[in-house]
Amino acid sequence: MNNQTHKIMPVMMLTPKPRPDDRFQLRPWHGLVLIVVCIAASIPAAFAATDPGRASTWDILVQWMPLLLKGFIFNIIISISAMALGTLAGAALGLGQISLNPVVRKFAWITTQFFRNAPWLVLLFFAMFLLPFEWKIFGLTIPLPDWLKAMFGLALPVMANVSEIVRGAVVSLPSGQWEAAESLAFSRTQVLWRIILPQCVKRMLPPWMNLYSILTMATVLASIVGVSEVMTLTGQALAAEGGRSDLLIPFYSFVLFLFFVYCYPIARLTVRLEKKFAVKT
Amino acid sequence: MEAFYDWFRVLYETTGINLPFLYDSYDRDRMFFGFFMTIKLSLVCLFFSIIIGIIGAWLQNSPFKWTRRFMNGYIQLFRNTPPLVQLYFFYFAISSLLPTVSNGYGGQQPILGGFAWAAISLSFFAGAFNVEIFRSGIEAVPESTIEAAEALGFSRLTIYTHITMPLAIRVALPALNNNLVNLVKTTTLAYAIAVPEMLYEANQIWSDNVNVTEMMFFLLLVYFGLVGVLVWGMNSWERKLKLPGFGA
Repeated sequence: MNNQTHKIMPVMMLTPKPRPDDRFQLRPWHGLVLIVVCIAASIPAAFAATDPGRASTWDILVQWMPLLLKGFIFNIIISISAMALGTLAGAALGLGQISLNPVVRKFAWITTQFFRNAPWLVLLFFAMFLLPFEWKIFGLTIPLPDWLKAMFGLALPVMANVSEIVRGAVVSLPSGQWEAAESLAFSRTQVLWRIILPQCVKRMLPPWMNLYSILTMATVLASIVGVSEVMTLTGQALAAEGGRSDLLIPFYSFVLFLFFVYCYPIARLTVRLEKKFAVKT
Repeated sequence: MEAFYDWFRVLYETTGINLPFLYDSYDRDRMFFGFFMTIKLSLVCLFFSIIIGIIGAWLQNSPFKWTRRFMNGYIQLFRNTPPLVQLYFFYFAISSLLPTVSNGYGGQQPILGGFAWAAISLSFFAGAFNVEIFRSGIEAVPESTIEAAEALGFSRLTIYTHITMPLAIRVALPALNNNLVNLVKTTTLAYAIAVPEMLYEANQIWSDNVNVTEMMFFLLLVYFGLVGVLVWGMNSWERKLKLPGFGA
């Protein structure tokens, strides 16, 4: 009897198939497929270039590739140094935000909010134009080349974001940790350095990596203020080839591709770490 | 009002703090123009990126495997490449493929100008983030709620518009808030393709008057204000939408 009702119940018959959860993710072999597709696509282009005076787009791109790669490595150097600088300053600012001294706390909060809410490009201009081109200290002249100033400019928003990450991680820890440590007669410095911060590192890592990937993508902004990184070099390469319009797509795609290859693994790793460190609720 | 403007001229003469966009009518017009251009660009991009986010999140839950794959490809591509290169790609590369139109003076001009390309490129960029944000919002809607709607005979589309979306928006709002703030800040990139927005106009003014410091601080303050207004608006909207017993 029960079975009978089950069969004729219209609602049960209409039950939709469960939505499959096969989210597409890139695997290493996709890179091989991509290379094969690129080569296949370049074959007709190579044949099409019957005019011997005009090299095929693929040949030109290959010819410029070493220079563009060098530019890209420069981008990565800028990103790593800006990240290091920003993290150091940001960690200090973040600890300032949880300081017991209200003046320090307020100052750190205002600085963080100010640099977090300003556009990256404006901060980059800020550093480019307001820092001197050389710095005289005790009769010693330290030159500040453009790329160094760009690094400072990019480190400013990183600093503010790291500060928020630190503060967020400390606040997200259950207050029981503080109370338990205090009841064991740890001093505040000890609690912070031995109990709270070690636990925070795990929580801070995914957002910190995310920030690094954003920073890497922001290094191209330096091309606007005249640092010769990958975007500037691409523009120069295109100009050197006489501004051929059929070169635009391959060259810009190549730059997109470089950044994608660098940032996508970071993004994947971030997601994996986030899942690994996720607190089960 | 004139007296107010003149006060800044006096300020310049006495202290050297040069704010020409306040006392000089030509610079004032330029600055206003740039300010409204930034707002216009932000609003257009906000609108289209949200539309892209909603449609994308819907497509990402589609029963067709290739639709989902295509959406994920789009998201990963736009999230993991620099927005500036995307902008150049659209403005220089894609634009070179499109036909040109006569501009009435016997010359040819591209069919879409800098503003249009900036709007398209930034919308796609922010849209890629919005898709993920809306998707996580949709995933937070309890399965039993959707099953209940299915039992009541709602179609896939009506479930999406009447059940899932209103609940998902509430979950997604804080993240959306963040992304829209980022979008407003990213509109400065349009400077690179000579869209006359605020940074561009400020650059023009400091080139004419050599007052980089003042213009820089002014710019930072204006963006601070713009972002503040947006955050305040989104937060009050978030409070208004809050359902008792749903969400944090």
